[in-house]
Amino acid sequence: MPHIETKPMLGLKSRKLISSLLFHIVSIVLGFLMIYPLLWLLASSFKSNSEIFINSFSLIPKVWDAASNYSSGWKGISGYSFGVFLGNSLIVAVVGTLGCVVSSLMAAYTFSRIRFRFSSFWFACVMVTLMIPGQVMVVPQYIIFRSIGVINTLIALVAPWFFGNAFFIFLMVQFFRGLPIELDEAAEIDGCSKVMTLIKIHLPLIAPAIATSSIFSFYWIWQDFFQPLIFMNNPGKFTMPLALNLFTDPNSYSNYGGMFAMSAVSLAPVVLVFILFQKYLVEGIATTGMKG
Amino acid sequence: MRLKHKKRRGYSNGLGYILLSPWLFGFILMHLLPMLVSLYLSFTNFNMLSAPKFIGVGNYVRMFTQDKTFWKALGVTFTYVFALVPLRLAFALAIAMLLNTSHRGLSIYRTFYYIPSIIGGSIAVSIVWKQMFGNGGVLMSLLAAVGISQKTSLLGNPNTAIYSLVLLGVWQFGSSMLIFLSSLKQIPMSLYESAKIDGARFWGSFVNITIPMLTPTLFFNLILQVINAFRAFTESYVVTDGGPLDRTLFYVLYLYRRAFNYFDMGYSSAMAWILVIIISVFTAVLFKTQNGWVHYESKGGMN
Repeated sequence: MPHIETKPMLGLKSRKLISSLLFHIVSIVLGFLMIYPLLWLLASSFKSNSEIFINSFSLIPKVWDAASNYSSGWKGISGYSFGVFLGNSLIVAVVGTLGCVVSSLMAAYTFSRIRFRFSSFWFACVMVTLMIPGQVMVVPQYIIFRSIGVINTLIALVAPWFFGNAFFIFLMVQFFRGLPIELDEAAEIDGCSKVMTLIKIHLPLIAPAIATSSIFSFYWIWQDFFQPLIFMNNPGKFTMPLALNLFTDPNSYSNYGGMFAMSAVSLAPVVLVFILFQKYLVEGIATTGMKG
Repeated sequence: MRLKHKKRRGYSNGLGYILLSPWLFGFILMHLLPMLVSLYLSFTNFNMLSAPKFIGVGNYVRMFTQDKTFWKALGVTFTYVFALVPLRLAFALAIAMLLNTSHRGLSIYRTFYYIPSIIGGSIAVSIVWKQMFGNGGVLMSLLAAVGISQKTSLLGNPNTAIYSLVLLGVWQFGSSMLIFLSSLKQIPMSLYESAKIDGARFWGSFVNITIPMLTPTLFFNLILQVINAFRAFTESYVVTDGGPLDRTLFYVLYLYRRAFNYFDMGYSSAMAWILVIIISVFTAVLFKTQNGWVHYESKGGMN
């Protein structure tokens, strides 16, 4: 049934203006609500301990206490400065990311460009590991790590990432599939070996996938809580998430300002990397549906 | 042509397995072996100190017949999954549609909506949530400011605590939003234009074009989100510690406590396998139903 358009009361131009205005109002209100918890964290890290829970919702500190919060938080907990935790986190995240991306790249290249026996079976195994909850493996992993003596060492946190990650393998395979096979053939005619083809020809072309994988891998390791919680029990080897968790224990710590300040410190690199490399993240999620 | 032929037929097993070795080694050592061990442990009584003692299906029987906390954790987790997943997807889709328009500043808004997804899993955010919805937190002080004084906080009340965790989850709708957004952009404008000529309004186009065209993405998002929600841990561990009265005791938190607080490793392994079965059943059921509601374009387009 054809629809009969009622005569607009306003001109087209002003209708457009109103709809645009409405869009921006809704978007800004929503945007504010979305980042309010972050702003609140930042504001609380500037407030004095006595002020945090009075008119808690306010984002403007009455008394600025930032310096004392950040310096007292930095002093750390259990006799270790927060710098130790930050250092542990940095080592684990940087080394782990490097290992994870290189291994994933090798696996993805193999799956998409090399014919070998049982390749489709192994690829199916990659996809299965996406579905299996890590909790199934955790008790035996703990036993294995304990028997080879790496519990309470950063190796226990880094090593698992050196075997690559199914999400990144999948993402990179998708990218490799987009590269024409003629490229490989031309390189082969010119006398390029398979490994050289990967390094010289493919690498620059799948750089966006590598960037996406690196960023996500960094995020996941940086924020990982479950693995460190199980494999670490010496505070000197704690990563930041574990240290922050200690801060939340009211029996051992009551400095809310310090806790908020160090929480903000732990998020700063994440937000910074996000702002710098947003483009790669958005592409990566659209391709694989990775959880941030 | 000859080269292409060779490429298709030629196997390079040696090179293939060398390049695959890091993943393969990890798969065997970190996935396959632990899974087999875990399956075995699930049939044993094992406390890490003495050797595992085989007890058959004892752990499973105990879980289903004697352990009230197991059922409680299962109930909490199902409530969480069934509340969180639809809400998060609905939000993601609504915002994706809002952003799939031609206005200025879209990328800035997209950034704001996506940031929570990036940081949502971190301890820092869990700490913020704990304080915002706890005693004297943002919610209570805001309510007090408008004259509603509350005795217990959202987190302190056994009936509402779980919803603050659901809210934390919904807040992180960003990744689903981006996936929706990228498939919304692929719906041909011509479909909407011809619908408009036929007299369709917003709602008609939404039901008859947008939703059918989005079903593959919706399906994909649904599976991902269900799997993730069942595996949630950090929120329940840091924000509420399973309380009050175990009303936010997530399945994985209980599994963790069984293993590392009670050193009940066999039982915990059995719980992990029940989780695998639950997730597999959900995934299988979703896959089974997809013929009924998911429209793939290659199968002849929409409806």
